[in-house]
Amino acid sequence: MKSVVEQKFLALNGDEAVAYAVKQCDVDVVAAYPITPQTIIVERFSEYVANGEVETAFICTESEHSALTACLAASLTGARAFTASASAGLALMHEMLFVASGCRAPVVMAIANRALSAPLNIHGDQSDTMAQRDSGWIQIYAENAQEVYDSVIQAFRIAEHPEVLLPTMVCLEGFQLSHSLENVNVLPDDVVKRFVGVRKFPKVLTHEGKFAPLRLDPDNPMTLGPAAFPNYYFEFKRQQEEAMNKALEVIRQVHDEYAEISGRRYGNGLLDPYYLDDAEIATVCLGSTAGTVKTVVDELRAEGVKAGLLRIRTFRPFPVEGIRKALENVKAVAVMDKSMSFGGHGGAVFHEVRHALYDSEKRPFVVDYIYGLGGRDINPMQIRAIYRDLQEVLQKGRVETPIRYVGLRE
Amino acid sequence: MDSEKWGFTVKDIVEKPDLFMSGHRACAGCAPAIVMRLIMKAVRGPTIVTTATGCMEIVSTLYPYTSWAVPWLHTAFENAAANASGIESAIKVLRKKGRIKGEHVDVIAIAGDGGTYDIGFQALSGAVERGHDFLFVLYDNEAYMNTGIQRSGGTPLGAATTTSPAGQVIPGKLEPKKPIADIMAAHEIPYVATASPYYWRDLITKARKGLEVEGPAFLHVFAPCPRGWRSDSAKSIELSRLAVETCIFPLWECIRGEYQLSAPSKVIAIEPQRKKPVKEYLAMQGRFRHLFTSKYENLIDEIQRITDQRWQNLLKKCGITS
Ligand SMILES: Cc1ncc(C[n+]2csc(CCOP(=O)(O)OP(=O)(O)O)c2C)c(N)n1
Ligand code: SF4
Repeated sequence: MKSVVEQKFLALNGDEAVAYAVKQCDVDVVAAYPITPQTIIVERFSEYVANGEVETAFICTESEHSALTACLAASLTGARAFTASASAGLALMHEMLFVASGCRAPVVMAIANRALSAPLNIHGDQSDTMAQRDSGWIQIYAENAQEVYDSVIQAFRIAEHPEVLLPTMVCLEGFQLSHSLENVNVLPDDVVKRFVGVRKFPKVLTHEGKFAPLRLDPDNPMTLGPAAFPNYYFEFKRQQEEAMNKALEVIRQVHDEYAEISGRRYGNGLLDPYYLDDAEIATVCLGSTAGTVKTVVDELRAEGVKAGLLRIRTFRPFPVEGIRKALENVKAVAVMDKSMSFGGHGGAVFHEVRHALYDSEKRPFVVDYIYGLGGRDINPMQIRAIYRDLQEVLQKGRVETPIRYVGLRE
Repeated sequence: MDSEKWGFTVKDIVEKPDLFMSGHRACAGCAPAIVMRLIMKAVRGPTIVTTATGCMEIVSTLYPYTSWAVPWLHTAFENAAANASGIESAIKVLRKKGRIKGEHVDVIAIAGDGGTYDIGFQALSGAVERGHDFLFVLYDNEAYMNTGIQRSGGTPLGAATTTSPAGQVIPGKLEPKKPIADIMAAHEIPYVATASPYYWRDLITKARKGLEVEGPAFLHVFAPCPRGWRSDSAKSIELSRLAVETCIFPLWECIRGEYQLSAPSKVIAIEPQRKKPVKEYLAMQGRFRHLFTSKYENLIDEIQRITDQRWQNLLKKCGITS
């Protein structure tokens, strides 16, 4: 049993928390291209490089496409690699996201979530990462700067786990988290270094018939990223899915191990429930909104309302079982979506949560609340109204409007 | 052995193992495949190769087979140079940290004309501007062959491709070839050269020089594609020679900004009577067939004019004329 180590408080915004964590993780290659609201991450990190505080090759690429390419190639050469992006930058990486996961390159990327054009908007909604949910990346959404810091450190361990080997994103909402200053507890450098350890490589059979570490190494030639036609491609994809399933367990394990030294837990690492045990009505959300929802739940509980919250921390892999169990006994659920799926009947989180509940015996009512697009604020009054809606649904015994918009001028 | 001392004789070449091995699926007479084999003869030590999407990637790595005896990576079409940036940076750091052996590792990025002139240009220009130490090999078959012979920025004037077909009113591609090697030389990188597989010794020496310089090197290799050029499979090497003899594809090096002609082109500079008319070269290829009809024959003169003009400019750059 490890004991919680002594830590210090630093005033960091979410972006700085990312940079600080990356600095402590003994990262070999960072390649990036600036985009608001991610810029502070690479700016801070380049200061560490300029001051000799890290032993990292820092590549200022000419685009996000090349940034992720360089990270992915570096990762396959054996380096621990990191990048950061958002919005249009992430969209420009789209092709390479699939290549990174298909090549099983455990790159870690921080995304300061931002709306997509048009119209151009630099503020924080989750349209960018939701659009990449099928790219084979693990996606972790943090609630505050503290969790951003903790998650980046955990991300390297998860991504590099030999049975996972999948690229991992840590998502923090632009401005709400990227630019807001918070007190962040940071671990000592050596503790983090020990926790992430030196990258290990699983051994695979090479075309020369030898078992060798999976990486580009002149002593053990390997052909990575080949062409595979219908006779093989499918199996590659199935293996990625198996790695995703394995990641559910690894994320939990790494989270628990980290909790032992840091003293900080976020539910079980996948799902972070709040007053859910006996809840009759509950919201489901991702990221920073959970903070506001919690204050509303506290108020409602004081008033005797059995309200709860389920924060989804890991959206990919999607913890279907956990969600079903967590919400099975709730009577009405409000899913909060900070992105849209045009023509798809509700947002991505709604699709997935309602899908998870389809197989449960006691299917709760599920309503989708789309909010916060382009960084529009959501306040406690609006969240209260959502819980009121759920009470109304229970009274009426049906969902009249399954998709609703919060804070929209209509 | 560095390129100064290495003889690059037939014996030297034969004794070196093939690192691009036989058994690949390239068409008969494919010059790009010959180019792959030749450049891999220039390798001096531990080497990692990365190839852009295109014919040479597809024909050599169809899972579970591979033609590459060195570590090899493909990630996408437009980013061979970005792959090289990542590989080179990773090796530098890992060596410094003592995580890999201390040996120097050469990095070679390979792309076709599409992966270089067009979609790959941004990554290439960015990578050489950042000064990564790698050799970029462009095998120029003058069209997107892998997707079925579409025009690229490297397709020459008048060539018929599937997206610049020769029709009733348009005689194939309307624009001359982008001067890619000059554009790369304008990046003021340590080494830029052109090469042709007919002059195999010159080609291998240049590939080796590109590996030996510190920083980015760019090698533009002429590479006939019998399928796309509608040429005789047995004539690819002959075309590789004629392109140089007609000055359609002169051979030169640009070392730290200083241009110099390579021997096969220098001979023509000294004895201009050796310079063959472009017609001889064009006549051997189906992609120029329509130029030999009365409707479009003026284009042959135009191609000759552009070729002469570019040759004169090159002679000036090489200090042969003023
Ligand atoms: C982003 C993207 N666009 C288009 C393609 C389709 N594509 C694959 S290879 C290729 C052409 C390659 O041409 P070139 O670089 O000249 O090499 P060649 O096939 O002639 O050897 C194209 C268009 C792709 N793979 N990726
Ligand atoms: S199409 Fe051309 S470049 Fe491609 S393999 Fe065949 S001959 Fe070679």
